Amino acid sequence: MRIVVDLARCQGYAQCVFLAPEVFELHGEEALLYNPAVPAGQLDRVRQAAAACPVQAILVGDQVRADVR
Amino acid sequence: MSGDLDQGRIVIVGASLAGLRAAETLREEGFTDSLTVVGDEPHPPYDRPPLSKQVLLGKAAADATVLPTRRDPDADWRLGVAATGLDPAGKRVLLADGVSLPYDRLLIATGTRARPWPDPAQAALDGVLTLRTSDDAARLAERLTAGPRRVLVIGGGFTGSEIASACRERGIEVTVAERGPAPLVGALGGTFAKLAAGLQRAHGVDLRCGVTVTALRGNGHFTGADLSDGSRVDADVCVVAMGAIRNTEWLADSGLAAGRLGVACDAGCRVFNAYGIVTDDVFVAGDVARFPHPLFEYQMLALEHWGNAVAQAEVAAHNMVSPGPLRRPHLTVPVFWSSQFGVNIKSVGVPSFSDQVVIAQGSLGERRLVAVYGYRGRVTAAVTVNMAKWLEYYQGLIEAAAPFPPGPGAADGSPLVTEFPVPSNVPDPRGLLHGPTVALTGHLPDRRLTLVRPGGIRPGG
Repeated sequence: MRIVVDLARCQGYAQCVFLAPEVFELHGEEALLYNPAVPAGQLDRVRQAAAACPVQAILVGDQVRADVR
Repeated sequence: MSGDLDQGRIVIVGASLAGLRAAETLREEGFTDSLTVVGDEPHPPYDRPPLSKQVLLGKAAADATVLPTRRDPDADWRLGVAATGLDPAGKRVLLADGVSLPYDRLLIATGTRARPWPDPAQAALDGVLTLRTSDDAARLAERLTAGPRRVLVIGGGFTGSEIASACRERGIEVTVAERGPAPLVGALGGTFAKLAAGLQRAHGVDLRCGVTVTALRGNGHFTGADLSDGSRVDADVCVVAMGAIRNTEWLADSGLAAGRLGVACDAGCRVFNAYGIVTDDVFVAGDVARFPHPLFEYQMLALEHWGNAVAQAEVAAHNMVSPGPLRRPHLTVPVFWSSQFGVNIKSVGVPSFSDQVVIAQGSLGERRLVAVYGYRGRVTAAVTVNMAKWLEYYQGLIEAAAPFPPGPGAADGSPLVTEFPVPSNVPDPRGLLHGPTVALTGHLPDRRLTLVRPGGIRPGG
């Protein structure tokens, strides 16, 4: 699974940092850094973080199936 | 959706953020027929902002930023093959592998590429890099991990500044060379840029402003560069961060209003031809688009912003499958962000569309503030440093064309930090080494604009 955070929308509430600290971290006071490739075993926490985000800035999903046809 | 707009062949040229979000939106809006997405990179759509942050800091691999989808767009992906031409009369896209792709409706989302160093022999020196693609980021991250003695960054825009920030965080010596008076001056104006210069110097960046790089030196390997003030910088790695070039060359013979400034379109993302006549089967979205914005006197704007790529792709896709009366305009207020040197900078509106600026909240000393920009007495932009939660408030002022300067206590009940507005000192972008990321490109859709603004951005010169 992959994640992307809409950082134009993110306001640094950092709920994700508390819920999935191995994936999200604050860099300074309010800049968010995250691991876009969700590590094994972190998916439940990442889904909780996405659900808890006050501005709903976190998208969790699969990458496209871009196999050559 | 009505009529037969949910049927037919849609081709999207460009397989990055805008192309992907448009493909998803087409399916969400009920388009059920043939959808083809063409991309010149071999990778599935990936996210670029982390490339100059997490990836350079060694916190994520360059190939880890592949984008998640909201839904699988069930498209035929033609990846690793560039579009080389467009025949709008015959309704075909020509590909580098000789294939001619027929379409009923086309979306152009070819974005931009990094402006290369202008001297090809110098650019070919080992250790001279750019940063735009994930392959670029992988190369640069590898160089940084190898522990260079010094990195030279040419251009003090957002990308160059973020690269310098990553270097300092990793303990690597870095020199930033910028032709303008300060970093970020193109996007944020000269007054705000003084703060950016102070940030860089406080973090140990060897910042050289008002200079150009006249030559890159080396014998096979890059060893240093000559500057226009007669000095020399010894370094092992050189990152050319001189802004972006819009990928419009493949449209040169198409008859569309496409050129150096981008592909011109109406508020509904429909592309103009070179006579200023709007087409109804060719659409554009993302960094390559220029569109008129009512909040900025209907000037054509070209935005190199993540949020714009998403919003414009959604509007373009909606309009591609909707009849006239149900079409929507793309009116999103521009927003972007940058994290560097421990602070989070966010911007709403167009700071370069301003004549004055005032610090409305916070404190310069604490590097926590809101700068509000005005043009002829109305609010046109705001930039926050570590105060992102206030951005929405100022977006409301911009949308309402509220008077500038904002009244005391407008946001948090406190008086304005600086009592009087000062000139925002937005420079002519031609004097910079970096791109401003927001380009006010005039009112006309016609590509002859490139002739009435001679010179353009001339890198390195």
